[in-house]
Amino acid sequence: MKNISVLIAALLAGAGIAASASAQELTGTLKKIKDSGRVVMGTRDSSAPLAYTLGGGKYTGYHVELCEKIIDTIGKQIKAPAVKIEYTLVTSQNRIPLVENGTVDIECGSTTNNAARQKQAAFGLTTYVTEVRMAVKANSGIKSINQLNGKSVVTTTGTTSVQHMRKHERAAGVDFKEIYGKDHADSFLLLESGRADAFVMDDNILAGNIANAKNPKDFVITGEVLSVEPIAVMFRKDDPAFKRAVDDAIRGMMRSGELEKLYARWFQSPIPPRNSNLDMPMGATLKGLIANPNDRPMEDYAKK
Amino acid sequence: MKYEWEWQVFLRDDGGGRTYLEWVLSAWGWTLSVSACAWIVALLAGSLVGTLRTVPHRGWQRAGDAWVELFRNIPLLVQIFLWYHVVPAMIPAFKGLPAFVLVVFALGFFTSARIAEQVRAGIQSLPRGQRMAGQALGLTLPQTYRYVILPMAFRIVVPPLTSEAMNIIKNSSVAFAVSIAELTLFAMQAQEETSRGIEVYLAVTTLYIVSAFSVNRVMAWIEARLRVPGTIGGGK
Repeated sequence: MKNISVLIAALLAGAGIAASASAQELTGTLKKIKDSGRVVMGTRDSSAPLAYTLGGGKYTGYHVELCEKIIDTIGKQIKAPAVKIEYTLVTSQNRIPLVENGTVDIECGSTTNNAARQKQAAFGLTTYVTEVRMAVKANSGIKSINQLNGKSVVTTTGTTSVQHMRKHERAAGVDFKEIYGKDHADSFLLLESGRADAFVMDDNILAGNIANAKNPKDFVITGEVLSVEPIAVMFRKDDPAFKRAVDDAIRGMMRSGELEKLYARWFQSPIPPRNSNLDMPMGATLKGLIANPNDRPMEDYAKK
Repeated sequence: MKYEWEWQVFLRDDGGGRTYLEWVLSAWGWTLSVSACAWIVALLAGSLVGTLRTVPHRGWQRAGDAWVELFRNIPLLVQIFLWYHVVPAMIPAFKGLPAFVLVVFALGFFTSARIAEQVRAGIQSLPRGQRMAGQALGLTLPQTYRYVILPMAFRIVVPPLTSEAMNIIKNSSVAFAVSIAELTLFAMQAQEETSRGIEVYLAVTTLYIVSAFSVNRVMAWIEARLRVPGTIGGGK
């Protein structure tokens, strides 16, 4: 019922915009934030270190903190400094519908910006780049995808990584068995228990799971980079004023060096809850994006 | 909110040279196979345990009670994980078994507890005189069950068994949790790959309805043919 009332509020806000003739006034999401004094942030519970929960309704992570800063900047801009952030848990399955129907104003998780999703939602400037690779047991001797003939490959249900494997599989004539874990922790357990020989996923998720394993030295991230995916914050489509505000806030942080500091804090230092260090220096692609920010979808990266 | 349908999504290639349509049909096959195999396990184990709970021997009754309470009191998803992760770690013989077999056991035994209860209720609904008459004729206990009690009891419990048969199809959706490529796993995976979640979930929902309703019709036909005149629902 709450969702419906939010939706109705959004519709009424939309009607209000249509009625106001002044071009100076705030529109869309910005107006909604100013009028209600709050913003609903959609976030994830197990996408460490981008967005995850510490329990008790507390969310944290690189993208959560980034969004808090963005919202802070926007709040000052629209002269609503005391904007309250409401955190809402979203999943891979519901994040786009919730953004579309107005329940969530800005989604700060681990969403890949791709062409199909751009038809349904808008993305901010790319703030993280992930590479899809595989984790294997260190003593397995597997170093390339071509060695996976006849092996089992696990990936997590509801992610796009395995699509790249299929394309690669067909091109290289490798035949492997696809199995699916119900979440990242489950997929990693399948690798650990020997039911799977390789776990194919975004490198930051692999690193996060390995860092939390009983013996992190038993696992390595290896093999070809299957795809490069730009990860960004997501919000409603057709709201250019809000997009401009978000992008300007991100651009400001990129220019001031604040984004690099934020990156170092989440990827190269100990992070809660276990004080593990992922130790993942920033890749060349993201460095290039900080120099020349853009919001191009994944498909553009494949062409390079 | 205006939604732009895109049903052609099922003709798209999933990257490995098969379309999503082929995939959903194969997923449907997995759902039906898991359900059918689990149903056989459930019917056999459930009938046996349900019968044991009514025999006049304390030990057998207790064993039957223990079986029912064990499988009825643990959530199905937990049972699936126990079969998949714990049992193979404790009993080496289970290590080589594919996930499919383990899920069939998990789902089958879970449902068997419910069927056992229904079979017991069916047997106990018969007048005590029938058992006594059988024994008075000189039949042994197994013979009494075989020729007098069970033929009646099974015909009486067909209606609740219909519900169980439909439930097992719906419950088979938890098999996604241990990587069986059935309909629910297809839905979760394909909606993400295609970002056409509404079309994918509608198609999968339709297939579940078609499957469960077909089972309902088959069972209704069996029920009509096996009805015992003069008992519950058999007045026609």
